[in-house]
Amino acid sequence: MDAIVHQFPPYRKDEAHHSQDAHDDHGHEHHDPGFWAKYIFSTDHKTIGIQYGFTALCFMLFGFFLMLMMRWQIAHPGTPVPVIGPLLEKVLGQVAAKGVISPELYNSFGAMHGTIMVFLGIVPLAFAAFGNYVVPLMIGAVDMAFPRVNMASYQAYFLGGLVMFISFFIPGGAAQAGWTSYSPLATTIPTHGQLFWIIGMVLLISSSLLGAVNFIATIIQLRAPGMTWMRLPFFVWAQFVTAFLLLLAFPPLEAAAVMQLMDNVAHTSFFLPTGLAVGGQLANISGGGSPLLWQHLFWFLGHPEVYVLILPAMGIVCEILANNTRKPIWGYKSLVYSVLTIGFLSFIVWAHHMYLTGMGTKISTFFQATTMIISIPSVIILTCLFISLWGGSIRFNTPMLFALAFLPMFGIGGLTGLPLGFNVSDVHLHDTYYVIAHFHYVVAPGTIFGLFAGIYYWFPKMTGRKMNEFWGRVHFWCSLIFMNLVFMPMFAQGMAGMLRRMSDGGANYSAAVNARAGADVIGGLSDDIMSLHVWILWAAIALGIAQIPFIVNLFWSIKHGEKVGDNPWNSTTLEWQTPTPPPHGNFTHEITVYRGPYEYSVPGHATDFTPQNEPPIGSHAPQISTTVH
Amino acid sequence: MEIPYTVQPRPDTGIYNAKVGIWLFLASEVMLFGGLFSGYVLLRVGADQWPHGWLDVRFGTLNTIILALSAITTLLAWAACKVGHFGKFKFFHACTLLLALSFLSVKMYEYHDKWIHYEIKLADGTFADGHLVEKSADFDLAQKTGTVTLHGRIVKDETLLYDLRSQKNIELKEVTVNASDIVKMENYGPWHNTFLAIYFTLTGLHALHILGGSIVIGYLWGPGSKMWKKDPERFTNRIEVSGLFWHFVDLVWIFLFPVLYLT
Repeated sequence: MDAIVHQFPPYRKDEAHHSQDAHDDHGHEHHDPGFWAKYIFSTDHKTIGIQYGFTALCFMLFGFFLMLMMRWQIAHPGTPVPVIGPLLEKVLGQVAAKGVISPELYNSFGAMHGTIMVFLGIVPLAFAAFGNYVVPLMIGAVDMAFPRVNMASYQAYFLGGLVMFISFFIPGGAAQAGWTSYSPLATTIPTHGQLFWIIGMVLLISSSLLGAVNFIATIIQLRAPGMTWMRLPFFVWAQFVTAFLLLLAFPPLEAAAVMQLMDNVAHTSFFLPTGLAVGGQLANISGGGSPLLWQHLFWFLGHPEVYVLILPAMGIVCEILANNTRKPIWGYKSLVYSVLTIGFLSFIVWAHHMYLTGMGTKISTFFQATTMIISIPSVIILTCLFISLWGGSIRFNTPMLFALAFLPMFGIGGLTGLPLGFNVSDVHLHDTYYVIAHFHYVVAPGTIFGLFAGIYYWFPKMTGRKMNEFWGRVHFWCSLIFMNLVFMPMFAQGMAGMLRRMSDGGANYSAAVNARAGADVIGGLSDDIMSLHVWILWAAIALGIAQIPFIVNLFWSIKHGEKVGDNPWNSTTLEWQTPTPPPHGNFTHEITVYRGPYEYSVPGHATDFTPQNEPPIGSHAPQISTTVH
Repeated sequence: MEIPYTVQPRPDTGIYNAKVGIWLFLASEVMLFGGLFSGYVLLRVGADQWPHGWLDVRFGTLNTIILALSAITTLLAWAACKVGHFGKFKFFHACTLLLALSFLSVKMYEYHDKWIHYEIKLADGTFADGHLVEKSADFDLAQKTGTVTLHGRIVKDETLLYDLRSQKNIELKEVTVNASDIVKMENYGPWHNTFLAIYFTLTGLHALHILGGSIVIGYLWGPGSKMWKKDPERFTNRIEVSGLFWHFVDLVWIFLFPVLYLT
């Protein structure tokens, strides 16, 4: 039995480990590139994927620290941030006087936490990093369709991130108008943070445009022979739909950003209504603009963006579930059609973010209906993944634990979205901590767990070593527990009426109401609800500490992890049927695909997995021994 | 390592890589301009009064003809490549570049015309409106000294300035205004009202696309045309792909012209 495992894939081991020799056969542009060409200005999709991944993880850590400082300010308003307070004052000056986060700085941190996590953290990691590294390998391509465009995409992303980061240190600090940058607020704040935000966004949108074009073209054009559409791994489908969302949803935000830029720089009034008063004085503007226009254009991106965040994670989870249950995914076609339906519907649900803007009940009703409809394909996907577990002999390794945790966590996030989708219940819950809890359940223990699963799963492909299993489990259990301790109490706070974006966590507001009418009156927040802030703070700090095993494990395992072969998880998909790490050009032999992506435990087959490129028994293509020794 | 289908079409999709790429890019461009056009619709629907006849239809028509001609020369340049006439390619794309330059020149003239067009609110409640002739040497709005001369007219009601199309034979003459009488003086820049804001933004973005397209075509016409000798098929593909972009930019103008000039 072992003999067969080792005889397939049909390339010689020694060839794989001397990929240079293997390459001379192809005799094309082979020379040893220098450090800059190899790591900084690389056009190899694998290097670009790792660049994206590393940069995005750094930004995610940075965004997490912003949040920790905000949580301190919410739990203990007006007290200096311990440990880093003096540093804050030194770097940022007056806005952090005596190490206390001022409301202006709180607003900056809030806006930039959202911006960084969404546009500089999750999307680049989920879409660009995993997509770049894995998709060409999975479809049997030598590289992306446009390698130099791929490099430009990363560079635009990096520049955009740099602009966002620098904006913290300019006079007045970073943007303060929330990650949604609603006008007229965003235009009337007299600092330059918003200008940096817009320029940063234009760079990031250009980056994602280049990436999306490249991914779609690659998937359409560079599939290996035999890799038909219904033989694509579900992860590739998820990335394909995600790329379309980025391609078509981002440009309207770019249009909106151009208009807001005009409002800021050329003093137009695209989003500034007639009679706008700033600081008690009538603003010197032509007026006639529409604040609602910004919201429509923003959320036209904003809602598909939610699916940009979640679909790649669903794809990753699907791959890992199939691999670790050792059986085919249940309902592959349903998954594919569901993800396509989601992609389409996600363009016509955006105004459910705007029920309270006064856009009218008829429009609200339409968007309420589409919002309920889009939950159907999401539920189908989750159901397929759950049913796939049935009857499997499940291997509980670290990637599988994260993938399994994704299911209920995303379930909580999705189901708590229903009361927000109905415009009657949304009146009560809009702009409260309930909303924060809802979308963080989707993105943090949902998407981020999916991404962690992906990192643990594909790490052996990138390095030839596994990450440490014990510390992986420590990372998983601590993250799971503290993630829930952070976000679960927010549902209670939100339902009690606690609003978002208050820099003191509602202390002033609550004290005022309670002093007037006693603690029981509607609108006041009880001490129990307020004291949850402190619990959340410590849970968040613990969650931060729980990431230390991951960070150490990630770097330590590059050199010291357990050495494994080319296909350590006994997987069927193509990225494992190539040397580790894959050489420039990816495959050392011609790839032909003969079957679907999840042929696990096929009766009569010698192993419990049948790689996609393994020729059928009796065919004449690369000779494989099928006799059991 | 050779990426497949960079020149030859993939048999089952019938298309080569760059063509897929450009069509996808154009889809995203449709959404970009679509966002701005929907902005136009919302602003116009919500406006108290919307200007009519502020733009000169003659210049708009001229530019439409220029771009239509450039679309034809672009197509002929590609066809010349297809049948292997490099000299004809050079000629037709030279025409394309000249036409692009003419378009931008007309556009610049139109922008300048708006730039020197002033609306002045006077202390007596009337409005002076017209193109700047001269400002006196001591003209200073803050100090309220000096005079400004416009070639235009004085109206009692600001709404008269909005609908120029319904007013026949408007008489224009030189009007001189004292700085001390001026309440507010503003030229017809994007800040003047939302019509001009969307006009400058839409046509500005479109002009940037014309400029970008000209740079690409100029590169392929000049230094990039060396590829003709080595790989004529790939070069022809490049002409086709850049031509698709150029046709898209023309098409945007076909929408801009009626939306901004004729309605």
